[in-house]
Amino acid sequence: MNISQTPLYRRRKRLNQLVMLLCQLATVIGFVFLFAILFTLVTKGIGAISPSTFVERTRMTGGGLGNAIWGTFIMTCAATLIGTVIGVAAGTWLAEYSGKGLMAKVIRFINDILLSAPSIIIGLFIYAVVVVPMGNFSGWAGVLALTVIIVPVVIRSTEDMLRLIPNSLREAAAALGAHRWWIIVRVCYSGARAGILTGILLGFARISGETAPLLFTSLNSNQWNLFDLGSEMANLPMTIYQNMTINAFIPDLVALAWGGALILTAAILILNIAARYFSRQRS
Amino acid sequence: MATSNAIQASGLGHLSDAARKRLRRKARIDVWFERTLFAFAFAVLLLLGAIIASLMLSSWPAIQRYGLDFLTENRWAANVEVFGALPAIYGTLLTSFIAIVIAVPVSFGIAIFLTERCPGFLRQPLSTLIELLAGIPSIIYGMWGMEVLAPLLRTWFPTVFPAGTGLTTAGIILAVMIIPFITAVSRDVINTVPAVMRESAYGLGCTTWEVTRRVILPSVKGGLVGGVVLGLGRALGETMAVTFVIGNNLFLNTTLTGQGTSIAALIANQFSESDGTQRSALLALGLILFLITFAVLAFARYLLRNSTGRHA
Repeated sequence: MNISQTPLYRRRKRLNQLVMLLCQLATVIGFVFLFAILFTLVTKGIGAISPSTFVERTRMTGGGLGNAIWGTFIMTCAATLIGTVIGVAAGTWLAEYSGKGLMAKVIRFINDILLSAPSIIIGLFIYAVVVVPMGNFSGWAGVLALTVIIVPVVIRSTEDMLRLIPNSLREAAAALGAHRWWIIVRVCYSGARAGILTGILLGFARISGETAPLLFTSLNSNQWNLFDLGSEMANLPMTIYQNMTINAFIPDLVALAWGGALILTAAILILNIAARYFSRQRS
Repeated sequence: MATSNAIQASGLGHLSDAARKRLRRKARIDVWFERTLFAFAFAVLLLLGAIIASLMLSSWPAIQRYGLDFLTENRWAANVEVFGALPAIYGTLLTSFIAIVIAVPVSFGIAIFLTERCPGFLRQPLSTLIELLAGIPSIIYGMWGMEVLAPLLRTWFPTVFPAGTGLTTAGIILAVMIIPFITAVSRDVINTVPAVMRESAYGLGCTTWEVTRRVILPSVKGGLVGGVVLGLGRALGETMAVTFVIGNNLFLNTTLTGQGTSIAALIANQFSESDGTQRSALLALGLILFLITFAVLAFARYLLRNSTGRHA
């Protein structure tokens, strides 16, 4: 008798087909949901965007998102700059100096925890240690909250990328008489640069969309605030949040919120694609 | 002078004084370079300590005043200064549980499809798409839930979702949000299984499902569970995706689909207009949330410790 005719064989085959069908169904369901979100975002957002959206400040009627976009840009850049210095330094220590010591294990574990810590907790923390002593909400508090979020991302990618540098390169440089710090700066960093940049770019994308840590730190404002980080700073995620909640009775502002959401998502997707492009250049 | 002794011992004694000075200076830079780097790494440790300490200090008045009642009181009524964390804790745990129940089968299904069945030309684009979607800010999910999903649920199932919003709606939104994340981790973990293992199982005549079920899943079990728990950690602490759709009912409502609140949503809604005891009670809620996620994330790292799937 042909083996493909036995009941056992047919049952196994049917089970396999059923499960694979379910997997395909799961894929379809997953992508349908995600595309539905992108579809809503584009259809609702595109109508609210015009050139004036980017140059006018937020108002109760009409207006644009210019000050919010600028504020998000400034705060994200400042947080990325500070976060890069701290993150690259700490990541370098973990990769180059820590060895197998207990201290390195603890720091790595803490970093993993901070990497996924709820962002609203970071906001509460900065509120307690910065906003309360300073006495007012400020752009700096927002910057610091975003810094706390980006630092673990940069540490992780710096460490991972430095570990990819083969030891023979370090040994060759040492044999030529280079000091350790010189080896790290000239040999290791130049090899890991693209990877570290990718990590920083991904971190930049992530913090530019964060809302929760800004709720009690930078707050929001409807005025232009170009560089004065000492007072409240307008920002895109908070503007979207307020337009969708406390200002939800004004249809214009809800429409503007969708426009802002589209701008924000598009910017983040473009940053992610750029980061991907960078890392492909490396390999 | 340990440095100059070392230089002489290594046969560099013939160097001029200037060259020796230069060498010594570089050696000093070496020491300070390492110390500076270590200081930054140590700052990470201090940061966690500072977060816990500041939350504890600022929530102390509420903890002192309510004690354990804070955990058992079933309403959060600011007007009469009765603050119970139970509704928020219930909402946080229930929405995350619903999210995991929905997201895990779907994510595993997608991951298995991508790694075992997907035609080659689709594999890379779909994987990239999943990773890109994991980067969408969470506020977008919340807005979509409020404007699209909640009205849909209300029209389709008016008896189950009279308002459209509620704990289950929030759970569904969280599920949609963590599906790309869990899928990306699972796919990476499954990809670490050596091709030889797959091929030898197929060589014995196994079907695709049998290879997956008997060979692949058992060998990466720890990594898969770790990825799921990481996703759970995200769902527990999520603020923006939840705030819009959870209903913001501050009284304990032990139904599945009713309106409720979560720790993060409650803090986001009330913190800026609060002061005194209420503010301190909200900070105590934050501390509880941090401890819950800390435990969950530590568990995830423990499970993922041997796996290469190191993800954000």
